[in-house]
Amino acid sequence: MTQPVLTGAGETLPTPEGFQGIVADYSSDQSAFKKVPWGKAMMWIFLVSDTFIFGAFLISYMTVRMSTTEPWPNSSEVFALTLWGNHIPLLLIAIMTFILISSSGTMAMAVNFGYRRDRVRTFVLLLITAALGASFVGMQAFEWTKLITEEGVRPWGNPMGAAQFGSTFFMITGFHGTHVTIGVIFLIIVATKVLRGDLDRQRPGFLTGRKGNYEIVEIMGLYWHFVDLVWVFIFAFFYLW
Amino acid sequence: MAHAQGQQHPIGVYLKIWGLLFVLSAASYAVDYFQFQGYLRWFLILVFMLLKAGLIVAVFMHMLWERLALMYAILVPPLLLLVLLGIGALEADYTFLTRGTFFGTQSAVPSVPR
Repeated sequence: MTQPVLTGAGETLPTPEGFQGIVADYSSDQSAFKKVPWGKAMMWIFLVSDTFIFGAFLISYMTVRMSTTEPWPNSSEVFALTLWGNHIPLLLIAIMTFILISSSGTMAMAVNFGYRRDRVRTFVLLLITAALGASFVGMQAFEWTKLITEEGVRPWGNPMGAAQFGSTFFMITGFHGTHVTIGVIFLIIVATKVLRGDLDRQRPGFLTGRKGNYEIVEIMGLYWHFVDLVWVFIFAFFYLW
Repeated sequence: MAHAQGQQHPIGVYLKIWGLLFVLSAASYAVDYFQFQGYLRWFLILVFMLLKAGLIVAVFMHMLWERLALMYAILVPPLLLLVLLGIGALEADYTFLTRGTFFGTQSAVPSVPR
């Protein structure tokens, strides 16, 4: 008896590069994103939708800033701090930027050590990332407190100029801070799974019967880098512009 | 095979990009610190922002090593936001002029003598 011919095995099909590769991938009648676990593809698609949310926020911020006839508050001065008698513009925001970038660096290394099956290093790096993220949220809480109690900024008005400053500021940074907070929780969950060895033993997750593996560290990483990415745009458009 | 091998790159790549992101962040902070103004300020802010965003997506998020099919599916749709940007700018200009006409201290159009 002859062996049945195996057909439809994606890996055996030739995978050309370039534009031909795009056509071949999409028309392959299989999963379109080759060598990408579906969880990762889904996270990417979620991030695209999140891009539109933050894009819409930043564009509406542009629209109200362009259309107001009142002067826009000088963010360089509003967010300045006085340390040891020195008046330094945007100091807190700069520190927050460096903290978030550092957390992105530790996250990228956690993903790398995860794929090397280095359980302890992955856990430690994930925990450092979570700690940096939590300190970011803490500084943001400090920033909001200072802005509300000392500068008198409210969503409906402020003493420095255009009322839209407060509404867009609280909306955009509040939404970003929420993302960071959710990310910290997500990080702690993934770090726990790594330390317990769930991913080595392929233990199924809490809400799913799917086997655990180190791909979830990379998927978590995508979310975390995205939060950093959004901050790059907020920093440029809201604080520096 | 237990599971497919994911993205594997030397640690040095991440450390270099990390350093580069620090330098670029410091540069964009310097734009404010030295109070560059006008078009130079906006140009520098945009350049440093796009470089940082590009490095994060390309290296930290591994987009550089993904197949083109995924790159295009993820990176092309956000370009639609440019249309919204254009619409927003047009609308904002109109609102600004209208506010100047009806509420402004210096009217955009000469006032009608009574």
